Amino acid sequence: MAEFTEALFSIFFVETLINGLLLGGVLALLSLGLNLIFGVIDVVWICYAEIIMLGMYTIYFLHVDGGMPLIAAAAGGVGVTALLGWLTHRLVIGYLLDAAPINQLLATGGLLFFFQGLAMVAFGIEFRNLGVSLGSLALSEDIYLSWTRLLSFAIAAGVVIVLFQFLSRSYLGAAIRAISQDREIMVLMGVNTKKLYLLTSAIGGGLAGLAAALLAMQYDVHPFIGLSFGPITFMVCVMGGLGNMVGGFLAAFVFSELITIGGYFAELEWGYVLAFGFFIAAMFIRPEGLFARKS
Amino acid sequence: MLTLRHVNAGYGDFQALFDVSLDVNAGEAVAVIGPNGAGKSTLMRVISGLIPAVAGSIEMEGTSVLDAPPYEIVGMGVAHVPENRRLFPRMSVEDNLRMGCYLPKFRARFEERKRFVYELFPRMQERRDQLAGTLSGGEQQMCAIGRALMSDPKILLMDEPSAGLAPVIVQQVFELIDRIRAEGLTVLIVEQNVKQVLRVVDRAYVLESGSLHMEGTADELLQSPEIQKSFMGM
Amino acid sequence: MNSKLLVAIVAAVLVALPFLGIGPYPLHLVIVILIWSFAYTGWSVMGRFGLVSLGHGAFMAVGGYVTALLWNEVGLTPWIGIPVAMACAAGLAVLIGYPCFRFRIIGHYFALVTLALSEVVRQIIIATRDTTGGSLGYTPERFGDGWSIVAFQSDDRMMFYYVALFFWMVGLVIWRLVDRSMSRYALEAIWEDEDAAAAVGVQVTKEKLKVTVLSAVMTAFAGAMYCQYQMFISPDTIGGVGISLQIVFAVVVGGIYSMLGPTIGAVITILLAEVLRIWIGTEAICLTDKICFNAAGVPLLVYGIMLILFIIFLPKGVVGAVIDKWQGRGKRAEQS
Repeated sequence: MAEFTEALFSIFFVETLINGLLLGGVLALLSLGLNLIFGVIDVVWICYAEIIMLGMYTIYFLHVDGGMPLIAAAAGGVGVTALLGWLTHRLVIGYLLDAAPINQLLATGGLLFFFQGLAMVAFGIEFRNLGVSLGSLALSEDIYLSWTRLLSFAIAAGVVIVLFQFLSRSYLGAAIRAISQDREIMVLMGVNTKKLYLLTSAIGGGLAGLAAALLAMQYDVHPFIGLSFGPITFMVCVMGGLGNMVGGFLAAFVFSELITIGGYFAELEWGYVLAFGFFIAAMFIRPEGLFARKS
Repeated sequence: MLTLRHVNAGYGDFQALFDVSLDVNAGEAVAVIGPNGAGKSTLMRVISGLIPAVAGSIEMEGTSVLDAPPYEIVGMGVAHVPENRRLFPRMSVEDNLRMGCYLPKFRARFEERKRFVYELFPRMQERRDQLAGTLSGGEQQMCAIGRALMSDPKILLMDEPSAGLAPVIVQQVFELIDRIRAEGLTVLIVEQNVKQVLRVVDRAYVLESGSLHMEGTADELLQSPEIQKSFMGM
Repeated sequence: MNSKLLVAIVAAVLVALPFLGIGPYPLHLVIVILIWSFAYTGWSVMGRFGLVSLGHGAFMAVGGYVTALLWNEVGLTPWIGIPVAMACAAGLAVLIGYPCFRFRIIGHYFALVTLALSEVVRQIIIATRDTTGGSLGYTPERFGDGWSIVAFQSDDRMMFYYVALFFWMVGLVIWRLVDRSMSRYALEAIWEDEDAAAAVGVQVTKEKLKVTVLSAVMTAFAGAMYCQYQMFISPDTIGGVGISLQIVFAVVVGGIYSMLGPTIGAVITILLAEVLRIWIGTEAICLTDKICFNAAGVPLLVYGIMLILFIIFLPKGVVGAVIDKWQGRGKRAEQS
């Protein structure tokens, strides 16, 4: 995981805080799709980070091997991950809707291994680098901020706003909110729940592709990269109150600050230890999530 | 308008309805009364497609309901107010109403239908931004009925509208039903509260242990000694 | 066939196995299967009651690392080091289990909290890389050649085979004891309905904690055995989310609710990985000079698909399905 946040190291605490904020943007984007899926279908996709990993490979493949411009490659990545999300529901979760939640979680764990195997078969185990750098913004002589990270932050914020508008203003958005509150009676409203689940899975998958595009610019891809940011993504979602997108957004920043501050005072891994430790403690205080609304 | 012939239905191995046949004509209000566990809710659920019928036919204006996927039945003009209201508790009253006209062919009339519901239940307009879960029992029933009316249905199915409500509120709920009737809507209602429901409907069927036992106009049944004995404690 | 006779034959074959002329590599595989079977059995002791932990990688790592660190740094024999490691795992289990059970964290929330635990332990091992070697791994110091009781080390596979076989059987006995205990009924009641169980006097937190500590201690022991046998451990081979998932999945494949389920799960998953590795190889297969497939990923691919199919079609695992079929046939025979 060292490479994941290596760039965060700095001798200046302010820079650390700002970097924490920016890392929060990436984490927020990572957790958005997972949160949406959980909110609607009530299933935790353990394999979500692996979908992001496959998205990163798609972008790498289209851009480096296929010679496509970066934007087009990113769009291709979003398309592929949306398809993967759709397939995940169509071929796996759809058969387990009435099974115990833990079985649903374990089935997506099977997908995790499958996706890792798929990436290994198709791309091998070498680390692959997109070779794109947007450079950095110099705030002062000593403080630099990575453009990629600034961009991630802006896109994450933008996606949250768009998603929020979609959920609160459109019929489809209302249905997505409603189905998480009472699945059975959706039929009485004329909602084809199967279709809505598939659509949500595809949107969630597409969001993974968006996250993949931003991660591919910052980190090398390899088949097991999902394991390095998967756990953190789940923690962010759970702490925000699973399914609560605004909560997840805030939780992402709490986590990212803990990681960067921990990393500032000691090794980066201690930052993660601090963040996970905080997560475990927070679960005991408010099992329903730190930012969950009381119902 | 709605015709059921020899309908059998149940849950898994458990059969809850046996050979049920009934008719609801346009403009009529019909009740199905019976004790707890008689299969009244099952009847409603089978009409609106929440559970499949094992045998028999259900037709809405001559079109078979059983051939359509469940989520298209509301598009045929059948709206269902479920037992215990089943609102979306963390959504506003207005969003709940919005779900009532989710089907694309209803959406264009959202504003018009919303005005209709608000005129019928002015209280809903006052509460339109409030979360449905925070409404009082009677208000929730209004909201549930309002949600069903959003699709401008031809027939309204009401499953135990008075269940779980305080006596004063029950009185209000039956007044609501009266108001809906005044709009000329066809209503099929299942109730345990026999005395009250017979005052607002034209005809009624008696359902016991999954099959229909009696049928008659509301007045006939109100006078029937058998009904008085088993349901009104007289 | 008489089932006692069957057990006796299997036991005899297992005891005589090293003398039946199987080569060193198959014997190695059997030892690895026995060690993992013990760990999986340890997980299923709690997993069968709906307590799905994704944190057992943490207990396994504690078992391996504490034992090895005490041996290398302090010179403490594993005979003391392993009990200390098991005590550490027990402490960790209480630390995470007590608040979880007290505050009713169940189902997939419990799975996610324990998943965080495996990450914490993995990250601590990596963070203390000056001592533990971090992700590069750690090797207990060899005492010399041959075998040593004090060091709990041996060049001789056969000796380790009997040790592993013995403890594997101990694992099955523990499973049996839990299965026959009053706690089993209490835990099944809790799984069914915590409130109802509490209402009839079941001490929910205590019962759950007991079985969790037992499970953690068993898993830590498996970690220590793995370390003593392989003489190499790393956060990714005995800890972290990967191992935690591997533990859960092998048990799901074999069967959560039966005594031999975890063992059968270990046999199937480990043999499958080996067979695929040997059969397909790890070389890249190139169709053209641009399009190449890396065969090393195939085992993971097959493993993943298998798990999904098992969870959808055989949620009770191989052993569970066989038992169901057996009992179904028995019932039909009675009826006719």
